[in-house]
Amino acid sequence: MAEVEFDQASRIYTAGAKPAVNRLDLEIDDGEFVVLVGPSGSGKSTALRMLAGLEEIDGGQIRIGGRNMVGVPSRDRDIAMVFQNYALYPNKTVGENMAFPLKMRGVPREERVTKVKAAAEILGLSEYLDRKPRALSGGQRQRVAMGRAIVREPQVFLMDEPLSNLDAKMRVSTRTEIAAMQRRLGVTTVYVTHDQVEAMTMGDRVALLKDGELQQFATPAELYDKPANAFVAGFIGSPAMNLFTLPVSEEGVRMGSSELALPRALRSRIADAGLSTVQLGIRPEQWSVGSDATGSGVKAQVDVVEELGSDAFLYAHLDDGEQTPVVVRTGGRSGARRGDQIALTPTSEDLHLFDPSTGERV
Amino acid sequence: MAAPTTERPPTSTTQDLAPVRKGRVGASLLTVLAWIVGIGFFFPILWMVLTAFKQEADAYTKPPKLFFTPTLDQFRAVFDAGIGPYLLNSLFATVVSTILVLVLATPAAFAVSLRPVKKVQDVLFFFISTKMLPVVAAIVPIYVVVNDIGMLDNIWTLIILYTAMNLPIAVWMMRSFFQEVPKELLEAASMDGASTARSLREVVLPVISPGMAATALICVIFAWNEFFFAVNLTAARAATVPVFLVGFITSEGLYFAKLCAAATLAALPVVIAGWIAQNKLVQGLSFGAVK
Repeated sequence: MAEVEFDQASRIYTAGAKPAVNRLDLEIDDGEFVVLVGPSGSGKSTALRMLAGLEEIDGGQIRIGGRNMVGVPSRDRDIAMVFQNYALYPNKTVGENMAFPLKMRGVPREERVTKVKAAAEILGLSEYLDRKPRALSGGQRQRVAMGRAIVREPQVFLMDEPLSNLDAKMRVSTRTEIAAMQRRLGVTTVYVTHDQVEAMTMGDRVALLKDGELQQFATPAELYDKPANAFVAGFIGSPAMNLFTLPVSEEGVRMGSSELALPRALRSRIADAGLSTVQLGIRPEQWSVGSDATGSGVKAQVDVVEELGSDAFLYAHLDDGEQTPVVVRTGGRSGARRGDQIALTPTSEDLHLFDPSTGERV
Repeated sequence: MAAPTTERPPTSTTQDLAPVRKGRVGASLLTVLAWIVGIGFFFPILWMVLTAFKQEADAYTKPPKLFFTPTLDQFRAVFDAGIGPYLLNSLFATVVSTILVLVLATPAAFAVSLRPVKKVQDVLFFFISTKMLPVVAAIVPIYVVVNDIGMLDNIWTLIILYTAMNLPIAVWMMRSFFQEVPKELLEAASMDGASTARSLREVVLPVISPGMAATALICVIFAWNEFFFAVNLTAARAATVPVFLVGFITSEGLYFAKLCAAATLAALPVVIAGWIAQNKLVQGLSFGAVK
């Protein structure tokens, strides 16, 4: 077990072009579960593969347990990886697949058998040890890939979207199992996903990347409550945060024809930043919905109602002349219907403000 | 996938019957046609094998006799005429050249597919371009070289030429099989601590063994059937079965049954090789767990 450090680590595929990973700085503690998340092309997989030794490190360093990994081949890094397509050896049985890394390290046969049996026990694979991978279901293959990683007792686990080939139900249950197993084994884990729900539920900390640049590295709660910029704000949370670019007025901001009053604390932050327009972020649950007749609040018209049982999402557009879309979370059985006129008022004081030119949090 | 068909109302099923029946008629016509074509191709071989077991007197009847007392006399005669050493030469040249081809083509194909370098397309084109020159055009220089180094009528000359002849095809074939292997398999093997050579041996080769079998079979067929080099570069000591067969036609041209026995003997090893390879081939390239 070890801590992992990305120190200004870069990967440049073609000289002169934008780096796939640009001066990435991450300090991952021993035993921590860190999720790299981001849209496709964000460099999250590249960063993981750099740590794995499957991609060159073109600049900076990556250290595992304090040891610089530049130029160290994968097989000497003492790490184990679970691939998206599992990459099981099709001609080997489940048992042989799991024993392979031990065999390559010269572990004696008896010890291999013991360790494989123990891992198979944990993963519920004991009765499949003599089968070939093709005779297994997707979920079982995923477990074999996990098993092959854990028998080794490596310093670091790497996982590259290990759940994306599973169906939705399996994904949720396996998600919990992986997180629980990681906590029990206490092995430092770096996990790549494009799914922000996986990131939020599994990670001790989450690193959000975009275009090869680290946007924010924080706990899931902090990412949600204090997004460092508008991109993070829009990426984390489902449905996404409502973001409006609005002119600043005396009492707050102007939203279409109406004025949205902001608390004093927010107003002073805008004033300190010296902004005349501001990007305002309001999460779907930070609205209170009134009927149109009450008069106060921002007027909007409901387009779609998503009834989820425990709660409902209203997809509406503002009557601001530009039909700006807005998402609102209400309690379940809200009774709202398509075409309803509603009035929206922000409930929370913890609204998010961003500089419209830089996207940075104000 | 099955849900829409089961939910379909019965009326539409009856409506669909007509085209289905039409399709069936078409399919049975195709089956008949396939049998006719198949028998058309197979008949001469059947005739050859049957004739090989006949007495010369039975071989000439018109129409040909289907029922006769089979005999091994003709095979005995062919061995008496001395096919033995030719068979051994062919076998030796075929087996050794095929092994050489696989030993050389596998790392070459591995290099150009899984670890491609710059200009790999040019290298591949160079390989295949060596097959573009007609052998007839090259035989004079080859003969002169072989003669100068005193390798005429030497089985190793044929082995080297057969290896060179089959190598480009083998590299191309093996390359296409290697390309089917998911990159992640090699990456996983390297994370698991295997060296490149070890992961090639333990992970990749078992996966592509059907492809190797197919490649080996092609090489065996080409080498076994090769005639032009053999007839030009060999004489009494290193000549192969095709050379024997041609000589046999000249000397025994009127004895059909004997010729057929010789031809059957010449065809047999390739059939056996094909049958052995088939067991491997039907497994197909299987990436069960990774694709």
